[in-house]
Amino acid sequence: VIAQVAEWVAPTIDWHALAPEIVLAVGINLVLLVDLWISESKKWMQATLAGFVLLGAFIPVVTLALVGDSSRSMFDGRYVVDHYSLVLKALFLLTGYVVVLLSQTELEEGGYYQGEYYLLLLISVLGMVMMTSARDLVSLFIALELLSIPAYMMAAWRKRDRRSNEAGVKYYLLGVFASGVLLYGMSYLYGTTGSTKLSEIGAVLASGDLIAMQVIAVVFVIAGFAFKISAVPFHTWAPDTYEGAPLPVTAFLSVGSKAAGFVALATLLFVGLYPADGVYEPFLWVLAALTMTVGNVLALRQTNIVRLLAYSSVSQGGFILMPLAVMASGDAGPSALKAVVIYLLIYAFSNLGAFGVVAAVSRKTRSGSIESFGGLLTYAPGMAVLMTIFLGSLAGVPPLGIWIAKLQAFRAVLDAGDGAAYTLAVIAAVNTVISAAYYMKVLREIWMKPVPDGDTTPVAAPQPIRLALGLCAAGTIVLGVLPGLVLRFADITDLTAAFGR
Amino acid sequence: MTDVLNDNNWLLTVGTFLPLVGVVVMMLVPEVEERLHKQLLTLTAGATMAVHVVTLVLFDYGQSEKLQFFVDEDWIDVIGAGYTIGLDGISLPLYVLSAFVTFLVAIYTYENMPEAGNAKAFGILMLILQVGMAGSFIAQDLVLFFVFFEIVLLPMYFMIGVWGGEERQYASLKFFLYTMFGSALMLVGILALYFNTGSTSFAFAHLYEMGASIDKDTQIWIFAGLFVGFAVKVPMFPFHTWLPDAHTQAPTQGSVILAAILLKLGTYGFVRIAIPMLPQGAKAWAPVIAVLAVIGIIYGALGCLAQTDFKRLIAFSSVAHMGFVMLGIATLTPMGINAAMFGMVAHGLITGMLFFLAGSVKHRYHTLEIARLRGMLIQMPKLGWVLGFCAMASLGLPGLAGFWGEFPALVSAWQPAFGLDETLYRVLLVIAAFGTVLAAGYLLWLYQRTAMGEPNPEFVTGHGHGHGPTAAHSLSAAANDHNDHEVADGSDDGHGHADIHDVTLIEWISWTPFLIAIVVLGVYPQLMFKVMDPAVTALVERVGAGIP
Repeated sequence: VIAQVAEWVAPTIDWHALAPEIVLAVGINLVLLVDLWISESKKWMQATLAGFVLLGAFIPVVTLALVGDSSRSMFDGRYVVDHYSLVLKALFLLTGYVVVLLSQTELEEGGYYQGEYYLLLLISVLGMVMMTSARDLVSLFIALELLSIPAYMMAAWRKRDRRSNEAGVKYYLLGVFASGVLLYGMSYLYGTTGSTKLSEIGAVLASGDLIAMQVIAVVFVIAGFAFKISAVPFHTWAPDTYEGAPLPVTAFLSVGSKAAGFVALATLLFVGLYPADGVYEPFLWVLAALTMTVGNVLALRQTNIVRLLAYSSVSQGGFILMPLAVMASGDAGPSALKAVVIYLLIYAFSNLGAFGVVAAVSRKTRSGSIESFGGLLTYAPGMAVLMTIFLGSLAGVPPLGIWIAKLQAFRAVLDAGDGAAYTLAVIAAVNTVISAAYYMKVLREIWMKPVPDGDTTPVAAPQPIRLALGLCAAGTIVLGVLPGLVLRFADITDLTAAFGR
Repeated sequence: MTDVLNDNNWLLTVGTFLPLVGVVVMMLVPEVEERLHKQLLTLTAGATMAVHVVTLVLFDYGQSEKLQFFVDEDWIDVIGAGYTIGLDGISLPLYVLSAFVTFLVAIYTYENMPEAGNAKAFGILMLILQVGMAGSFIAQDLVLFFVFFEIVLLPMYFMIGVWGGEERQYASLKFFLYTMFGSALMLVGILALYFNTGSTSFAFAHLYEMGASIDKDTQIWIFAGLFVGFAVKVPMFPFHTWLPDAHTQAPTQGSVILAAILLKLGTYGFVRIAIPMLPQGAKAWAPVIAVLAVIGIIYGALGCLAQTDFKRLIAFSSVAHMGFVMLGIATLTPMGINAAMFGMVAHGLITGMLFFLAGSVKHRYHTLEIARLRGMLIQMPKLGWVLGFCAMASLGLPGLAGFWGEFPALVSAWQPAFGLDETLYRVLLVIAAFGTVLAAGYLLWLYQRTAMGEPNPEFVTGHGHGHGPTAAHSLSAAANDHNDHEVADGSDDGHGHADIHDVTLIEWISWTPFLIAIVVLGVYPQLMFKVMDPAVTALVERVGAGIP
């Protein structure tokens, strides 16, 4: 041990590549310090500050993308900034920014602990941003905890609301349990391969047949992340947590936290666990089929809009799992990675947008039931059109966003081209039609039903929410019409070239 | 690609997306400016129509088998989908028809806004519909086609669901789920086609070239997927059940657009995509299509005879007419497909016109129950005559447009192409010919019941508040001569004031072009046949080359 310490040399640090994380870290401290000094009446400034921090972190992401060298590898290849991670960093920063915009009014009016909230939000976003670059079990785990722990607290942010407390506790207990399962699997992985670096784990796994402990390790690691992405049967926390948490937090969890889980899973599978396809493919196949079907069937029966969106997001998760379930079959690898990345990007815009509309409308109706959206077109046509765009996108109607993601996911499945893949494609096609039924249910209320209480005063959406909705709508439409803008980022060679695969 | 013309290739893009400019402007205008919205709608639709007229003028009729105004730009590189658009003799008539119909429907909206109001949303939806329709006819790339094909879905769903009749929500959901179901299978078919042709491109030209080399069994399966997608849209028996509900419940404008253009997306899909890309699949499926088409003809006609609702009857007649179109397509002969293409346009004009009339009748009588309507020729002679004219056109009277869709389709069934079973087709021919007799039956019977006889007393001036059939005939006849706006009280459903007046100026403006087109195409069908024929012949040759 002493000999190793003597040999230790400080790693060369690529400051440019780390700039987004550094900006965020500095910003976090700034928010914390400022919170100590400003008076209660000026706490609203914290939202603005947090917004600027997120936008500030966006700048180096853009410059890194423009400089254009495909991959910057640090710390012995355990932390990598490439196109794959850059586009996802952008996604998480943008998600964070939209969530700040959505939170602003609600926190101000509710008089919640604003300073702390934005602090935790920024920390969670930092975890997500790190997640995209992590190529090592340890850094993956640290990123996961960094993004999860603040989220547990944010879910319980409405301190005097019992359901919010329930949301936080449920999320916390199941999250911690999932972390335990994950760590257990990781320890087996490390024990049997002798490394925590994903590419080395992959090399060892590829060199011979899997032993039983490795099989258990793969299953446990995937199960651990399955909680995070609320895949059936690990989804049970999601509806209660989504319903109980403050709406902006729900939006954050259903997009940011879920996407981070998928990013971790994709990185892990593509860089590390790929030789174990005999284990994870059937496992993910079952998860994907169950997730999309159960999520849909339960969504059909919901009467609360937030619960409906919660189950819809469970079911969307199944679609994102679908390409991963076939990634090692046939030549599906490249299209599977693309499908996951583009799905996450577009899903973020559409789902955040849908939550944004709910946030804006429920300010007036003070209700979460789907019926409270009745006749929205007559008194808030803007909101009605926006909701139509977001739900139409989630239903997969071209040319709105998610259609291209769904197409890409189907393409990955057909690229795999074996019987199991085709079966999954059929299940997914049926689910697409089922999901249309409940999205249409909401749209029917909005367009065709009378206003339930006859109150047709217009919805006064605050400026920040309007900005957030504008961003989401633009993203949903532009990416649906010109998906090439982001599709080019997710080349599989980017992700794996550094490891000589 | 060699045989395309690139001149003026901005024209199609402008002609397709121009309505979006109107959409943006209308979004910025507050909803209360109802009249301004109608003007903006008409203005945009008119400008779009003007661009389409320019397209008509600049189209090179000497080379109508080639794609003109051709654009081939990258769009979604990674999946090989391009922004590939072009227009040839097959798509030109439908492309222009779409703008023509939208413009006239926009004019009609001036005084026939459906009850739910909100001209802003209504106009915006109509313009988005127009984008989807025009785009479908110019797309030369399967993904692009699919996107345009789907764009029409939501606007039409809302149009039926918000501005429709009593059962609007049921009808709109049925429409949506049927079409969505068809689209899902079609998408699977599209992807299967892509993977079986080398996974490099979705361009029509590429798929025409490569599709024929797919082995026969695979072609049959892929064709099945596309078949369901398009057949729901046409709609063919047994996928037609959404149509009577959707048509009956839709507002007049929606019915007209649905009948005139949307249904054609299905038949156009067969001609443009399914058949030339999968020649062997087409040959295997052709007898099935032909049989279903003829069942549709007879079933639709019998359905018409049983209807008690004016609009529902016309909806069922659509099933029958589209049956003739599909029969023509199923022969796979140049004559059959020419007839089908002609039939599409003719049906669009005639049935579109009939739905206009149904809307205007409903507007005046507040009912479409055939049993309660009679004596229109006395109460509104002009409208009565227009109805008679359209009924004649619809039953296929020679000299009017409807004839040239049906007659050549029947003739072509005598001698189907590529060794299809002659006996089967000839039997079908005879049955289908019987369908034309039925068509004459139900249309003339409809005309006799609604237009002839004495007006129903409940819709007659001076009738007061009673319900009994007291005599007021002479009064009404006299009043009608003056073409006055009368008020009749006491209609059974409590609508109270029926305002029976003859064709108004706005109606004349929006209908006359339809009527003229029906006559012109009926007297001189060559006008369209000579544009389509080279393209159709080239298409059939391509199919022939793909069948060993």
